[in-house]
Amino acid sequence: MSEKKTILSVKDITMQFGGVVAVNNLTLKVREGEIVSLIGPNGAGKTTAFNVITGVYAPTNGEVKFHDKTIISNFPKGKMDKLYAGENKGKYKKTLEPTPDKITKLGIARTFQNIRLFKELTVLENVLIAKHMRMKANIFADTFRLNHKEEQKMREDSLELLRILDLYDVKDEIASSLPYGKQRHLEIARALATEPTLLLLDEPAAGLNPQETDELTDFIKDIRDKFHLTVFMIEHHMNLVMDISDRIYVIDFGKQIANGTPAEIQNNQHVIDAYLGVADDE
Amino acid sequence: MTEQKKHKLSILFSAIAIVVLALLLVGVNKYTAPTYMLRTVLQLGSIYALVAVSMNLLNGFTGLFSLGQAGFMALGAYTFAIFTIPANQRAGVYYLYGVADWLANIELPIVAALIVAGIVCAIMAALIGAPVLRLKSDYFAIATLGFAEIVRIIVGSSPMNRITNGSLGLKMIPKFPNFYFPFIVVAICIFIVWLLINSSYGRAFKAIREDEIAAEAMGINLAKHKRMSFIISSFFAGVGGALMAMYMGAITSTTFNITLTYNILLIVVIGGMGSLTGSIISSFLVIAAREWWLRFLDQPFFIGGVQIPLFKTGFRMVVFSIILMIVVLFFRKGIMGTKEFNWNFILKRMDKKQPAGGEGNE
Ligand SMILES: Nc1ncnc2c1ncn2[C@@H]1O[C@H](COP(=O)(O)OP(=O)(O)OP(=O)(O)O)[C@@H](O)[C@H]1O
Ligand SMILES: [Mg+2]
Repeated sequence: MSEKKTILSVKDITMQFGGVVAVNNLTLKVREGEIVSLIGPNGAGKTTAFNVITGVYAPTNGEVKFHDKTIISNFPKGKMDKLYAGENKGKYKKTLEPTPDKITKLGIARTFQNIRLFKELTVLENVLIAKHMRMKANIFADTFRLNHKEEQKMREDSLELLRILDLYDVKDEIASSLPYGKQRHLEIARALATEPTLLLLDEPAAGLNPQETDELTDFIKDIRDKFHLTVFMIEHHMNLVMDISDRIYVIDFGKQIANGTPAEIQNNQHVIDAYLGVADDE
Repeated sequence: MTEQKKHKLSILFSAIAIVVLALLLVGVNKYTAPTYMLRTVLQLGSIYALVAVSMNLLNGFTGLFSLGQAGFMALGAYTFAIFTIPANQRAGVYYLYGVADWLANIELPIVAALIVAGIVCAIMAALIGAPVLRLKSDYFAIATLGFAEIVRIIVGSSPMNRITNGSLGLKMIPKFPNFYFPFIVVAICIFIVWLLINSSYGRAFKAIREDEIAAEAMGINLAKHKRMSFIISSFFAGVGGALMAMYMGAITSTTFNITLTYNILLIVVIGGMGSLTGSIISSFLVIAAREWWLRFLDQPFFIGGVQIPLFKTGFRMVVFSIILMIVVLFFRKGIMGTKEFNWNFILKRMDKKQPAGGEGNE
């Protein structure tokens, strides 16, 4: 069997805030169509890794490739030149720091650990906004409705998406008025509306009740198949992670301590000591 | 009732309301004396409505707290005045310093000059936008406030004497050609803003207001969209300033001091940040209260031959400010919050009146 194509490649990423090394020399790969999980204790640097991949932070060192193209690259300079406490200094020489909207345009969408919907806007508007970046009309044409067809297609696509994700009935509700579980769904719907090939989910099960968490496994697999996605996800619910993941990366204090299939991770003594031992008690 | 039917009825009601308002204006024009206060209040109120809407586009819809409105109004007003003062009157207006040669014979039609005033402001906004919009909220407010003061000072400074007439200001600015002129201009401008905020770009602005980080993660280019909002807001502030110049007929740089921005901000806050109809209603209310309903406070007031001491010039503004403070303290979201005026209150009633079985037919 031939190896599947690598879609995301994170190489030697270090993210240092002042003296704090939040992500330390992280290297990982996500292949096309996979569901890969990133796990680790609180404060391990998981969200920070996502923030680097999505352009929220420029890494201190290292690079990120997407579909074989380097999209992010940096090396310690300025004040960081002296302060740098990571590895692989000097290996990277390019500076490439796109803003998050550029990354999203390339086809990487994300959700947030603490839901970040456009709270005062309706469900439909939340999704429409995610479609805005693909709009071809300029502000003048759009204001005077010269792009009527485009606007209509945007609307139809958004409604279709809401239908698929079971949010059609609440399309005119204000986002913040939805129950928590629905808000999580809406965040995923909004991310899908950007037409990604890679979806990053930051703790999609956080705050869900046990039943909703159970349903999430099928839901994620479902959308992966329907939308031809690759999924990279941070999660604390071990049942969900073990059920759904093709592969798992474990980090602790910003450093990768293990990677492998769910079975391998469950039996890895390092991981049990650093993380699973604790998580099981919960 | 189906959504579609509701939508159609809303449009019908709005159309009727607009016709009624227009007829009322015609009535006011026909049956009131030219000096009647209501006329002034309506005209000035409409100008403030436009400027408040332009500020709201930035502050209420895009979440950029700007305090530069008076600066752009000054720029618009002066641009308009410079291009419209009748050529044969210029010698008289610039009697002290003389007029710059290139200016001496330029005279634009007023509609063209209104557009030029807007464009000059838009260009200025594009120029200062790049550095200023990068600042975080409080600093952005301070920077725009500073910009407004700089414009005012430059406009009134002596190197500008032959263009802006320095500290003497400009007069003989063409007045409104007729009673309806400001209403028509303002209605067109606000209609454009309304179209904008209900377009995809408008939604992007609101997304930035709601959550910058999420908006950016949804692919919205923050810098570009903030710049567009800033430019458009400044364009309409400039047109508003030009209308103000027409209304007053004479301007100096002090016309556009910080108090003006402060007044507009209060109108926006009272109307509701993020509500166009709120800004419009609030403009007329505030102007009516300040210029008309509270006027009596400035007159000497007697009870049984004894003069009540507080009632003298200036007391009006004290009472006005207190009322504003109360409104801001206790109705923090303003009259409308972020909602727009709608006809639901009537539509709901019509729904109830329908027989219970009526729904089945739809
Ligand atoms: N902007 C920042 N400035 C300074 N330190 C930061 C910043 N962002 C994150 N950190 C630090 O980086 C470390 C990793 O944080 P991160 O949010 O990535 O953890 P996490 O693995 O997502 O944890 P959790 O499971 O609790 O979400 C923490 O010590 C945090 O305080
Ligand atoms: Mg996290």
